[in-house]
Amino acid sequence: MDGVLAHDFDMIDAFIADHHLDVAIAEEAMAMSSDTLARMLVDMHVPRADLVRLAHGLTPAKLADVVSRLNALELAFAYAKMRPRKTPGNQAHVTNAKDDPLQLAADAAVAVGLGFDELETTMRVSRNAWSNALACVVGSVVGRWGALFQCSSEEAEELRIGMAGFTSYAETVSVYGTERSFTDGDDTPWSKAFLVAAYASRGIKARCTSGAGSELLMGFHEAKSLLYLEARCLCLQRGMGVQGTQNGGIDGAPLTATIAGGMREMMAENLLAVWLDLECASGNDARATESEIRVGAKIMPYLIAGSDFICSGFGSIPAYDNSFNASLFNAEELEDYLVLQRDFEADGGLTPLAETTALELRTRAVEALSAVLEELELAHPTPEMKASVIVASGSRETNTFSAGESTRISESIEQRGLTVVDVIRALAKRGFDTEAQNLLNLVKLRVTGDYLQTSAIVRNDRVISAINDANDYAGPGTGYRLTETRRDEIIGIRDTLGQSEVLSAQARHKKAEAKRIVYLEADVAGQGSDTIEVVIGISPAFGLQLFQTTGGHNLSEVLKCLIDGVETTGGIARVVRMHHTADTSFLGLSAAQLSGSGIGIGIQAKGTAVIHSSDRLPHNNLELFSNAPITTLEHYREMGRNAALYAHKQQVDPILVPTQGEALGARFHAQVALIHAIETGLVDPARAPEGVMPKFLDNTNRVSP
Amino acid sequence: MKKAALTDYPLSETRPKNISGPRGLSLDKITLDAIAGGDIEIEDLRISREALLAQAEIARAAGRETLALNFERGAELIDVPQEVIMQTYEMLRPGRVHSCESLAKQAELLREEYGAKIIADFVDRAAEIYRQRGLLDR
Repeated sequence: MDGVLAHDFDMIDAFIADHHLDVAIAEEAMAMSSDTLARMLVDMHVPRADLVRLAHGLTPAKLADVVSRLNALELAFAYAKMRPRKTPGNQAHVTNAKDDPLQLAADAAVAVGLGFDELETTMRVSRNAWSNALACVVGSVVGRWGALFQCSSEEAEELRIGMAGFTSYAETVSVYGTERSFTDGDDTPWSKAFLVAAYASRGIKARCTSGAGSELLMGFHEAKSLLYLEARCLCLQRGMGVQGTQNGGIDGAPLTATIAGGMREMMAENLLAVWLDLECASGNDARATESEIRVGAKIMPYLIAGSDFICSGFGSIPAYDNSFNASLFNAEELEDYLVLQRDFEADGGLTPLAETTALELRTRAVEALSAVLEELELAHPTPEMKASVIVASGSRETNTFSAGESTRISESIEQRGLTVVDVIRALAKRGFDTEAQNLLNLVKLRVTGDYLQTSAIVRNDRVISAINDANDYAGPGTGYRLTETRRDEIIGIRDTLGQSEVLSAQARHKKAEAKRIVYLEADVAGQGSDTIEVVIGISPAFGLQLFQTTGGHNLSEVLKCLIDGVETTGGIARVVRMHHTADTSFLGLSAAQLSGSGIGIGIQAKGTAVIHSSDRLPHNNLELFSNAPITTLEHYREMGRNAALYAHKQQVDPILVPTQGEALGARFHAQVALIHAIETGLVDPARAPEGVMPKFLDNTNRVSP
Repeated sequence: MKKAALTDYPLSETRPKNISGPRGLSLDKITLDAIAGGDIEIEDLRISREALLAQAEIARAAGRETLALNFERGAELIDVPQEVIMQTYEMLRPGRVHSCESLAKQAELLREEYGAKIIADFVDRAAEIYRQRGLLDR
């Protein structure tokens, strides 16, 4: 196999030959060229099932050779077609720096509220495994049931925690691509396969962990390609009969990402996993880079293609609380992730959560766990502890159990042999009937074992897996598509901006402005005759519905600066409100045409301003401040000054508003569009310009130079 | 029980009355009231041999032969006590035992005491490979 004679097989070769390779298919499959197989992977007319069957007869080297022929785009496309479950999902890390059970419960409830299908915890102090498990599982059944839960700890202890009913899956069954790494990791293919069968016998879902870079980290890569080593791992896993894998450079991702083509390699190994019909928790786990651009780029193919679990550990908690070390995405990046889902209308498995809902979930989870801790005489959380945890965004803000107290809780759970049955009983006794029923539903999953099948998760009280929710992608219109309902969920991010938000923000300034300025409206503005006059044309909503520029300056101050600038330079300022237009150029030109000097200033409420001359074409002005957000009051004063100089027909140095290259469009255009709509809403083409006498009320309202 | 087919999946929905825990308590009898009444132990919340074998049939029907075989190995371990499972796992880890005989004896125990034939063969095969790869002395 792969150039190695049977009597030279190492343990991995031997296991793959024994358990993975289907000799009946091997002849046919190995005879096909790698190019043909590679094309079949990206051909939407070739059913997934055909490719899965052929993979049973392919050796690790052949599998690696085939996927290495695909570029990054093809890998992503093939992944979308080959992943086993149709509906994409996601997994969260729920941990904290204090191993605080109250916070674990609260954060688990929030993670479930966000839509994570699986939660994984681990500890800072390994003895806290039992209290971490108890706390997370209680939190995970607040709000809804169905999130599967795992406590990553030492192999034997993890199985015992599972036996006590606290966890529903395990994924730390690590396998390696070289024999030395394997034995150095204190296991063999046979010991791991035995462990996988043991998990099945206890009704616990299991997946293996592998991934590029692990052999390198352990120092036993044997000068073989990362992809080939991973292909060996994956053939081994299929041979062991584990339903799925967590791969794509898990702990090795940061190392793999430093190698040329490393990110593409990780995509290739995820594709291998799903081609071998394994559930894939596709990495995007350990933070492979500190570059935010590379983080965003890393996630994109998975977000668009979908995955059984897009991240095999999205830190739902702040990075400093992530006991696995920082994830690619942590609570800090959560909002960005939700926005990416919205941008691409891609289901990343998460749903925006309102703050009020999050607070309700946290409160309920902390109360439920406290009831369990009290009822089982494990601890008595004080009201102060609970209150601090409920509102905390991370463990730096909590006054809670000490690490020592958490350890005593954990040891007590273990020593007393408490099980999930005791927890369900305690919840029910203390009136947490919904949570008790939810937890019972979760534990009952292990009686039927439905969730042991490939790619199983629980959605809406039902087990869905590659059996009853099989990926049937066969081109546009097939496979997973957002329903209208799901789309509405995804696009419902927080802090969106609409006209009502803009108006209510402006309304906050209205009262303050009323103390600074009164716009005394006069008659229709006449043609001026004074040759040192500068007419300042203000827009329809200026000071009436809009009160601040996008630069954050009060319109009263802006107007005062313009007038001051004109008057201190020996000009006469006359303010006119335009009704027929809200366009900067025409505001300026109309003002210039009314002006005795032929020079006018036009200004919109958002702060965009222009100096115009009556003899010029509309869009060929004298000076323009187009970037209102970075225009200062001093700039407006200088604009008044220059306008007066133009009126005096003197030499003028145009004012340049310096820019630092800010993405002003990205930051302001949505707001600007809404503000401008308010202005244009007031436009009346038939109404002539009217004179305005601004009366500045507050002497203390001095405009700083 | 009739052989499980793909259409029987999920068993929790198609056979709530026929699927029982290891002590014979059927799925629909595992209720909150029964737990509150103290009638249910953690033992009742485990998978039974029948259920796991039914899942093996479903996996096989879905074309997942290796997954089915794993479920069948698992089914053999259902009645094997935790200590024996952990002991066997330990023995299979590298460097724990040094002779083929120790593993052969464990295989024999699993075969004779618990009727775990596939698992026993599996342990024997491991011993053979371990010997070839120098993990065992003889």
